[in-house]
Amino acid sequence: MITWDAPATAEIAREHGLTLEEWERILEVLGRTPNVTEVGIFAALWSEHCSYKSSKLHLRRFPTRGPRVVQGPGENAGIVSLGDGWVAVFKMESHNHPSFIEPYQGAATGVGGILRDVFTMGARPIMSLDSLRFGELDAPRMRHLVDGVVRGIGDYGNCVGVPTVGGEVDFHPAYNGNILVNAMCVGVARQEKIFYGRASGPGNRVIYLGSKTGRDGIHGATMASDVFDEGATARRPTVQVGDPFTEKLLIECCLELMDAGLVVGIQDMGAAGLSSSAFEMAARAGCGLELDLSRVPVRAEGMTPYELMLSESQERMLMVVEPRQVPKVLAVCARWGLDGVEIGRVIRDGEVRATFRGRPAFRLPVKALVDDAPVYDRPWVPPAPAPPVTLPHLVGRDWSADLRRLLSRPQMGCARFIWEQYDQSVGAATVAGPGSDAALVLVPGTRIGVAATTDCNALACWLDPRRGAAQAVAEAVRNLACVGAEPIGLTDCLNFGSPENPQAMGQLVAAIDGMAAACRAFDVPVVSGNVSLYNETSGQAILPTPTVGMVGLVPEVRHAPRARFADADVLFLLGPLEGELGASRYLQLVLDMQVGPVPDVDYAAERAAASVVRHLVRLGLVAARDISDGGLAVAAAEMTAGGVGAVLEFPAGASEARVLFGEWGPRYLLAVPPAWEEAVVRAAEGLQLTRLGVAVGERLLIRRAGETLIDESVSEIAALREVGLGWLA
Amino acid sequence: MTAGVRRGEGEPTMPVRPAGGRRVAVVVFPGSNCDRDAMAAVQRAGGEAVPVWHQSEDLAGCGAAILPGGFSYGDYLRAGAMAAHSPVMRAVRRLAVEGGAILGICNGFQMLLEVGLLPGAMLPNRSLRFICREVYVRVERNDGLLLRHLARGQVLRLPIAHKEGNWYAPAEVVQRVEREGGVAFRYCSPAGQVGPEANPNGALANVAGLVNREGNVLGLMPHPERRVHTLLGGEDGLPLIRALVEVA
Repeated sequence: MITWDAPATAEIAREHGLTLEEWERILEVLGRTPNVTEVGIFAALWSEHCSYKSSKLHLRRFPTRGPRVVQGPGENAGIVSLGDGWVAVFKMESHNHPSFIEPYQGAATGVGGILRDVFTMGARPIMSLDSLRFGELDAPRMRHLVDGVVRGIGDYGNCVGVPTVGGEVDFHPAYNGNILVNAMCVGVARQEKIFYGRASGPGNRVIYLGSKTGRDGIHGATMASDVFDEGATARRPTVQVGDPFTEKLLIECCLELMDAGLVVGIQDMGAAGLSSSAFEMAARAGCGLELDLSRVPVRAEGMTPYELMLSESQERMLMVVEPRQVPKVLAVCARWGLDGVEIGRVIRDGEVRATFRGRPAFRLPVKALVDDAPVYDRPWVPPAPAPPVTLPHLVGRDWSADLRRLLSRPQMGCARFIWEQYDQSVGAATVAGPGSDAALVLVPGTRIGVAATTDCNALACWLDPRRGAAQAVAEAVRNLACVGAEPIGLTDCLNFGSPENPQAMGQLVAAIDGMAAACRAFDVPVVSGNVSLYNETSGQAILPTPTVGMVGLVPEVRHAPRARFADADVLFLLGPLEGELGASRYLQLVLDMQVGPVPDVDYAAERAAASVVRHLVRLGLVAARDISDGGLAVAAAEMTAGGVGAVLEFPAGASEARVLFGEWGPRYLLAVPPAWEEAVVRAAEGLQLTRLGVAVGERLLIRRAGETLIDESVSEIAALREVGLGWLA
Repeated sequence: MTAGVRRGEGEPTMPVRPAGGRRVAVVVFPGSNCDRDAMAAVQRAGGEAVPVWHQSEDLAGCGAAILPGGFSYGDYLRAGAMAAHSPVMRAVRRLAVEGGAILGICNGFQMLLEVGLLPGAMLPNRSLRFICREVYVRVERNDGLLLRHLARGQVLRLPIAHKEGNWYAPAEVVQRVEREGGVAFRYCSPAGQVGPEANPNGALANVAGLVNREGNVLGLMPHPERRVHTLLGGEDGLPLIRALVEVA
């Protein structure tokens, strides 16, 4: 039997997912043969998830600086300034694989993990968003997965008391074997009260805080865990189990400790558990740690140092505090009913060394594990341009039937069956929640509005990764504009197939290029993010899905943005009358054609239009919706949600299909109370603005030069929009 | 009834409250998550909010208290069940007996049922799912300490956010509650019609909120503390909070 302290072999390293080259590199760095626990720690920290070894080289192309950036990538979350001494702390992360295995716990612990990344920096989480991708609803287990993910996200966020205010959901067969669950959290803090994951100050104490450590989530799906047990134990599930109640106590306890100035550095034990928190905190401070693993609170008998270092039990934090503050810290932990235990101290040497029951367990150089992790320039091939396609002749169709078909699809309808399972208003600061183009939440006790949106048209990214990713950034900018917010920072979650496949790697490279170019053009820095690779099953990869999470600012919220028609509103289309049909929902879902081209982003036009919309929304002069999925017809249908219909008419000569269902570009539908019509026309001077009609009655009528193209009752639209996800009720 | 009548000067167990301060205790249980919202609402209504930890034996001399929403003790046993046995609940009962105003919101309402200050119990929602949405409730009474700023028949638009809000009581208890006018709010349509289609969770008689006979203990599932600002969905919750602050 192999024990935790047995000398490792190349075979054991391979079972941990390390390559032969990586194993040899470990031998060289250490100058000796590591034991099994040490190999486990190397494998965890050098894993794709922790080290970004395949993507790091390319991620460097993201712009990460800007006047508002307080903390860029590399910490637990990114930080941008909101003004008045406030900062927004945010990040997005994937929990794809666990959610496919066990949707409820996988999604729940995904939310829990991202919350910890934010509050560990001293910020109070004020909102969550989720970007979800599922397969076809009739694929095996798919409804079970959708239901479980939604309940998991809801039960965790609801209990913790962080409102879930937005997100997106899409369905495509490419996700049948790999669903995506990306969770984003935004928190706020006073700038002077930010904390970092740094184990600084030799002599300072290391405190373990939170749930006890169990065998859950010990990573290594390729490896039978009983091989490394001292006793015979059953193989444990690799999906962690969440406890939102403990998370809530952790939030309050940690924020109290940080507010009282009792903490030097703090980090959550996320992926790779105690290993990543210990080594990363030491690396950031240029110090080391000495740990006594016998002191780690456990909830299972006979846990070995291997298991203690690699367990991914949830709701645990690692803190560094000054020796004189230890009693105060432990007293606060006790009041919140949490385990707080001193398990070690900070040392000057750049190594983490641990003992277990009085004997040495491991001793590893920090730099080798964190800073010297391998970086790969994986072979990749540029994505092949999609072959040109001739569209069928799109005239004289039953456009009403096409609209009905679109609205009844699960990704196009109303997602209220999802969002009603989420507490959207706890915190009493939600100005705009689900159903709005972007969420808008107030910084507690102020009028400062923090907006957020998640966006990605994965089909477009599959057709053209570079342009698709750039469009995701542009779409986020448009969404923020509709609630009056200017973009100030971006987090991303790059979900791709195997980096060892040159095609998938080429998609990743191109998407990063497109996203980086768009971020530069919009002056939006990337401050945090996450990469999720190997999303494929039996050689079938997901659509490349570079999800954008963008945060915006409204310096002073004076009007709650609305996204619905009000009686007598004058309706304008800002931007080009016709959109583009390439990679549109219309082609995908009505004509069953997954074809491009995906247009390039016209940055100057986008910036100009977004600026006007932002201005008008802030003044409360318009209700705005950007024209994206499903085009003008769907945007107008969505704006009837308040029960008021509309009559719109566009001139002869314009293509029905492109006006009604075209997407892309800086196009917005504006609903303007008659009193403000003139002001809006003046503000939009220099941009294309078409007066389309008025909001009136209980039907949605869209005409071209007198000819009726679409005629639907508002109640029928509402009913159609509930078809796709109604089974969730 | 006024605050002065209710609580004599120099009462031995009560600390003297500062002159002019309208202090409302907001009880904080482990797992409370609407406590800060309740405190902010009290402040907006002109009062001073005093957080009181669940292990406290008193309410810091406050003449009114809010049991806020959330998931006290994780609601792992049954919503509100563990909180009902907290030391602070003895002080809450004492305040109720003395005629002080107590407002239980969501999880706080569940606690008031658990300790028997209000009748009945909460079952899981009919859909067995958590439900968060805007609902309309009709005001059934406008007397007593807490309802006096509302009009009978008035319709309020408030959010609900709960998994266990399906009020249940045996038939004879429901009859007694109805006879005694114990229903404070019922789920209704925007126009004030009470019917099954306006009932989000299956609660008997569309009960959204109950009030005791003395009118000083009120529990409701919707969240008035989230509706105290026009920017944040309206001010329909403000009259209730203001009434509470005024009697504190």
